[in-house]
Amino acid sequence: MSDAMSENLENINPKLYKKLDAREITAEEHDEDVADEFDAREIFDIIRNINDPEHPLTLEELNVVEQNLIEVDDKRNKVDVKFTPTIPHCSMATLIGLSIRVQLLRALPARFKVSVEISPGTHFSEAAVNKQLADKERVAAALENSMLLGVINQCLAPKN
Amino acid sequence: MRTVRIKKVTMGILELKQSLTGHKGRVWNVCWHPKGINLASCGEDKTIIIWGLEGPKWVTKMILTEGHSRTIRELAWSPCGNYIASASFDATTAVWDKKSGQFECNSTLEGHEHEVKSVSWSISGQLLATCSRDKSVWVWEVNDDEYDCAAVINSHTQDVKKVRWHPHEEILASASYDNTVKIFKEDIADSDWSCIATLSSHTSTVWSLSWDAVGNRIATCSDDKTIKIWREYKPGNDTGVATPNNESVWKCICTLSGYHTRTIYDIDWCKITGLLVTACGDDIIRIFKEDDNCDSHQPNFTLIYTMDNAHAQDVNCVQWNPTVAGQLASASDDSTVKIWFYSE
Repeated sequence: MSDAMSENLENINPKLYKKLDAREITAEEHDEDVADEFDAREIFDIIRNINDPEHPLTLEELNVVEQNLIEVDDKRNKVDVKFTPTIPHCSMATLIGLSIRVQLLRALPARFKVSVEISPGTHFSEAAVNKQLADKERVAAALENSMLLGVINQCLAPKN
Repeated sequence: MRTVRIKKVTMGILELKQSLTGHKGRVWNVCWHPKGINLASCGEDKTIIIWGLEGPKWVTKMILTEGHSRTIRELAWSPCGNYIASASFDATTAVWDKKSGQFECNSTLEGHEHEVKSVSWSISGQLLATCSRDKSVWVWEVNDDEYDCAAVINSHTQDVKKVRWHPHEEILASASYDNTVKIFKEDIADSDWSCIATLSSHTSTVWSLSWDAVGNRIATCSDDKTIKIWREYKPGNDTGVATPNNESVWKCICTLSGYHTRTIYDIDWCKITGLLVTACGDDIIRIFKEDDNCDSHQPNFTLIYTMDNAHAQDVNCVQWNPTVAGQLASASDDSTVKIWFYSE
């Protein structure tokens, strides 16, 4: 994880993507009496503004997260997020995945089973990164590492 | 001619006896006292709670704090019941004794470079094993409350999740993120500990393992959502299984797939009843029973009980009471410990 502290930018000129407009809130969603299930757009709104560890840009602006790569099954308590590293040898992939995971752990009710994986075929160490992100024991241990937690919190901090 | 056997599935019942609250946050592990009279639990709140019966109810008897600076991942009572060893993410293993009347931490075993994941006492109580994310397995010798490192074994290529001693002999099994289980034994000639067998078949992390009562079979559970049963074939076995290095060969004789929908975090093989119980990331506790009269080289196990929503979140640990047949304890991410009773 020490790579995460690297000062050298791996991808100097990342491609920028257009941001989604703000979500329109329907009358039904305003109605407190209607049970409101989580959907892909809601999950996307929770993670779209996570900051990239090296660029002053959000994961949405870098197209690392996309609404159509999120699957939600509220009744079965399942949230599956796929993310796309900007380059196939990105050493930040685990850190980015961990940031998405932590953000969802903090924002969603505990009943949800969250999986965060790399979009198939978009990273050289896809299997290893996915295995690491799926291992809750290693994720728990990582989050007890104050230096790493500091870096993650920076990624999660809203920009002014 | 084929004989068609009609399988009788006995429907037992798993009854929740009590839900124990007291931990803050995830409970990683529970461990029964060898006489089954107490239960110890631990978790991310860095405390150990010892539970005991008062009348019909389990209550908090003791809370042990300040032994560890990070998550306590696992506990193990010594076979005599006078010591508790605790493995922590703080890279140490603490040994607690009750010489003063209360459990106190009087020894801290240091040496691992990263989180300690598991700890186990040998049946004699003379050896302790620990394993860590640093990929190593350590064997410690116990001499009058002194713990000396007897071996550092670097056979695994990844994070080691679990260590468990053989029920009668000084033989150790370990399970790892490298998808394998390994068996270790001391070479009497040079008192060197080495890996005598590697059990390869799981396709992802092996989270836990449990020996059967005899000690010639092991059940393992994995992130690949399967359980596997392994059997030992000793040199000179009459089945004709080759043992090239004059050491036992372990073969996978049964795979239980299609039952679990998520990672299986723990498995326990009851030494009294022979029942297998699993803890799963789908919040379910399942119980399996070996079929009567099956080929001992190709056994069948039947799922005999499924407790949906056993916990509100992942079940991390399940353990049968070593003396009370059918009694079971479980630990979960939902901060609770539960006591169950299975009756046929």
